[in-house]
Amino acid sequence: MKMNVENLNLFYGEHQALFDVGLEVPEHKVVALIGPSGCGKSTFLRTLNRMNDLIDGVRVEGEIQLDGEDIYAPETDLVQLRKRVGMVFQRPNPFPMSIYDNVAYGCRVHGLKDKKKLDEIVEKSLRGAALWDEVKDRLNASAMGMSGGQQQRLCIARVMAVEPEVVLMDEPCSALDPISTMKIEELVAEIKKDFTIVMVTHNMQQAARVSDFTAFFLNGKLIEHDKTDVIFTKPHDKKTEDYITGRFG
Amino acid sequence: MEKTRQEYIHDLAVVQDKVHQMGIMAQEAVKKSVKALLENDAELAKTVMKEDDAIDDMIIDIEDDCILLIAKQQPIAHDLRVIATGFKISTDIERIGDHAFDIARVATTGKAPLDDERKKLIRELADCSVEMVSKAMEAYRTADVRLADEVRHTDKAMDEIFNRTFYSLSHFISNSTYPPEEVTKLLFIARFLERIGDHAVNIAEWVVYLETAERIRSRKKGDSLDKAIG
Repeated sequence: MKMNVENLNLFYGEHQALFDVGLEVPEHKVVALIGPSGCGKSTFLRTLNRMNDLIDGVRVEGEIQLDGEDIYAPETDLVQLRKRVGMVFQRPNPFPMSIYDNVAYGCRVHGLKDKKKLDEIVEKSLRGAALWDEVKDRLNASAMGMSGGQQQRLCIARVMAVEPEVVLMDEPCSALDPISTMKIEELVAEIKKDFTIVMVTHNMQQAARVSDFTAFFLNGKLIEHDKTDVIFTKPHDKKTEDYITGRFG
Repeated sequence: MEKTRQEYIHDLAVVQDKVHQMGIMAQEAVKKSVKALLENDAELAKTVMKEDDAIDDMIIDIEDDCILLIAKQQPIAHDLRVIATGFKISTDIERIGDHAFDIARVATTGKAPLDDERKKLIRELADCSVEMVSKAMEAYRTADVRLADEVRHTDKAMDEIFNRTFYSLSHFISNSTYPPEEVTKLLFIARFLERIGDHAVNIAEWVVYLETAERIRSRKKGDSLDKAIG
């Protein structure tokens, strides 16, 4: 297992948002997190690289392991953790700088200055994010002039540039049109050979199309998780079936 | 939780209602075709043949509904099985209707070469097949897996009646004064009725799949005929 979550409880002050969650994330697989708004899936996603630490009053109990090591151990280096477990957000958030600089940003932060090496990484990452052919002639143009779908693929390239092991995606297609969505989905299928992916999605069909495993959250609890083929054809829990078939929203 | 997708849920229920209604129509067609045969009622036989068009129209209607639901609603899990079994069960029902049509066609050609003993056997076969279809459709309507299982196990009894009928008619061909080609038609009738039982078993197996998502391996088709023809 690439990541392993056991007995995870999370509190925002007095309010408990996650209840005793246990989930395994296999290496080089895509795990989809589904559930209605407010069910805790994004909160859970953010525990996987300790993004919740940035919110005041958050308390986490339980254990989350990355390659067998507890990421909540006191000695954990958060910068290193977030390099190993990268994140793509709901809305594309390119930095107001050139396409090239966006992709090179993470490597520069980690101390890489060699221009030739940076060129190689930028090209490799943009190719990996299926964006190279569209932008290779305007690498110095501002990223803010790109379409939404291109911006989101740029954000994926930016994450890929620092060679993470796990990529967390929080509804990466919710702000995109159908064609851009399909491109991201194809990209996910392609890059899972290099990364392990955990993705929050509100789109049932997207979860069915792109993921190997699906986990269903409701009211902060993990109701059921299994192979995606099983969840979408023969879910064990009636609550899962009611949700995926749209019986309640 | 607030209930959603009421129209979609209604449309799925409509598909199931139509499939059930089609099953009842085919079951009635079998009953009437056998009655026409045994009572030499050519008019009733013609009615059965005419009414088969309605059964054929229904399968198109059900298929259109199912295709539209797939295209518009992306059904999954039990909903998807409602659609998939809608296709499969309506096909079995349509075949049952076709067999009723074929029996009725024999009934319109003149007086069937039947003595009391042969009538009794055909009636026995018909009763068994109609009961199997009736139970299969009831299992479908009420999501009753136990009843579906009962239908699957009735098939052995059906095969036994078919074998008796087959030997009896074979003997009748050489020992009666009726023209052999006329008696041979009765062998076809027996075969049609036995096949109707097979379709009822198929329907029962689809009911099990619909309700449990478990696939049941169909028995080898033609078992009973294999035994009869050696």
